[in-house]
Amino acid sequence: MRFLLVEDNADLARALTGRFAVDGHVVDHASTLADAELATRTVAYDLILLDIMLPDGDGREFLRRHRAQDDPTPVIVLTARSEVSDRVGLLDLGADDYITKPFDFAELEARTRAVMRRLGGAADNKKEFAGLIFDSNAGTISAGGRSEQLRNREMRLLEVFFAAPGQIFSKSHLMDRLFSFADDVSENAIEVYVGRLRRKLSETQATIETVRGLGYRMVRRE
Amino acid sequence: MTAARAPSSIRRRLVVQLALVAALLSVVFFLALRVVAERATEATQDNILAASATSIADAVYTDAGVVRVEIPYSALSMLGTVSEDRVFYHVILDGETLTGYEDLPVPETRGAGRDPRFATTLYRGDTVRAVVVRRTLNADRIHRVEVVVAQTRLGLAAISSRITTTATAIGVVFFLAATALSTFAAQNALAPLSRLAEAVRRRGPRDLRPVTAETPTELTPLVGGLNGFIARLRAALTRSEDLIVEAAHRVRTPLATVRTQAEMVHLQMEKPENRAALRQMIRAVDESSRSAGQLLDHAMVTLRSDQLETEEIDPADLLRDAVDRLSPTADLKDIAIALDLPDATLRVRGDAILLQNAVRNILDNAIKYSPADTQITVRLVPGATCRLEVCDQGRGFVVEDVARMPERFSRGSNVEDVVGSGLGLTIVRDVAEAHGGALDITPNTGGPGACVTLVLPCS
Repeated sequence: MRFLLVEDNADLARALTGRFAVDGHVVDHASTLADAELATRTVAYDLILLDIMLPDGDGREFLRRHRAQDDPTPVIVLTARSEVSDRVGLLDLGADDYITKPFDFAELEARTRAVMRRLGGAADNKKEFAGLIFDSNAGTISAGGRSEQLRNREMRLLEVFFAAPGQIFSKSHLMDRLFSFADDVSENAIEVYVGRLRRKLSETQATIETVRGLGYRMVRRE
Repeated sequence: MTAARAPSSIRRRLVVQLALVAALLSVVFFLALRVVAERATEATQDNILAASATSIADAVYTDAGVVRVEIPYSALSMLGTVSEDRVFYHVILDGETLTGYEDLPVPETRGAGRDPRFATTLYRGDTVRAVVVRRTLNADRIHRVEVVVAQTRLGLAAISSRITTTATAIGVVFFLAATALSTFAAQNALAPLSRLAEAVRRRGPRDLRPVTAETPTELTPLVGGLNGFIARLRAALTRSEDLIVEAAHRVRTPLATVRTQAEMVHLQMEKPENRAALRQMIRAVDESSRSAGQLLDHAMVTLRSDQLETEEIDPADLLRDAVDRLSPTADLKDIAIALDLPDATLRVRGDAILLQNAVRNILDNAIKYSPADTQITVRLVPGATCRLEVCDQGRGFVVEDVARMPERFSRGSNVEDVVGSGLGLTIVRDVAEAHGGALDITPNTGGPGACVTLVLPCS
């Protein structure tokens, strides 16, 4: 997906861009409202991440103009404030959601997903492997006309495998994807979710294979 | 009367001063009335006395060189009309008593004019008013006739006492009327002050507009001073709000950078001990940002609780909003939120921002303490009071902790491993109490976990 990040703090912008790149997203960075306006006029983004306090004005002003132009691109506001009236005001101005800095990346991702789902989703959210179609937006897998709903963690796990079929992912890598830093879980916890995913994939041509001592990978069933 | 102990009151001072003036005027009025009335009565007596003496003097005649007098009946009867006062007379011819009371003294006079002369003297133990009228009689030789008529003053005293009674009554009535009027006038004069006080008192906590109520010119300096004060307060508040926002921005943005970088490094890190150190770092960042947020929320709740901005709210909307807002977070742990709302629309009177904050805090807590793959039930139970109930399947609580859990910075004894500030339930309780409601913490009846309920009066 292609994001526009409107954030004046260069360090944070660099960190966020790097973090998004890990998940394979393309991020354009605008450090002023003027840059942001220019960027939205030239590129169609899947999502705008908007900081409120910017050197050349208030992000809410951008939001107001953005909505006045009937631009359907969803906006998630990155706010440093936590006063509720401010949050309410943001939603009234047309933000699709907001998140308070500093944020858990998984939460930002979850909110992005929720916004996408609400708005009908990006165009390329369906991926295919071995006849299995994975819709990460709706959180469903389908094969041979049968469709199944995945739970959130199963879906996020499958997303990792779909990003690079055949590649081996270590347990710790998968754990980073699934558990928040607040959760103190052992590496065995990942087996539970791999097990669940295997059951849901049992009728399809794709499966998750254990590579002893290294981790797991998604392969075509033989 | 009570002015000594009560705090000084303009109204009381005004009333007391006006009443004092009224009392003084009443006394002056009373005295003046009495003096005038007594003078008038005295003048009447004097006139009758003079008429009587004159008629006696006119009745002195010479008969063959002998001066005689025949006291006309009318001369004394006209005096009798006044009252039961005794009347004395004394007719003196050339210094010798012709008739009457010999010992009746002659009022001292200078000169020998024909005009009647009056005097008040003591006679036979009574105060008498006496008049002397002088005549010269031309018979064989010139005779000098002096007629003295005197009358006791009992009737006058009676009249005077009647006048005093009347004057006193009029004075008292005047005093009471004046005091009542001054009370009314004081009230009236101070009405703009009360209106001004009421206008300032009725203001919301964030209403810092200048006072524009119409005030009399005397209050203009006060209103000017008040408006200057309000302007300074507004400037100070704006400055501190800006400072908080700016501080939050300046602190939270680098924290976000730290957290994001740490997360990235964590993704690349292989060694378990390094990973653990990074996780601790990230948790510390989360804890500090969470505490800052809760402290701001708590300050906001305290500020707003003093003066609620109430409106009619559907409690179902409050729950729906909170669930919408927090379901992505719950989703991350595969926690399902079941929303159980009644068909009927309920109404709660309250401050929307505070109630949203409270409900969000309850649900946030439930998600925080719920293990993965569990369910949270959010229920709205109608009744005499509306119960906004959030039940989780988490670790629950230690019964002994329930009483102190809503206290500031106090947390359950079984939650040390979970990040928290100890302010969440304090916020909920404060919001509940500000709305005349309560916070209920009970064990989940259908299994492990706890139910946290915001109880609000509703219709």
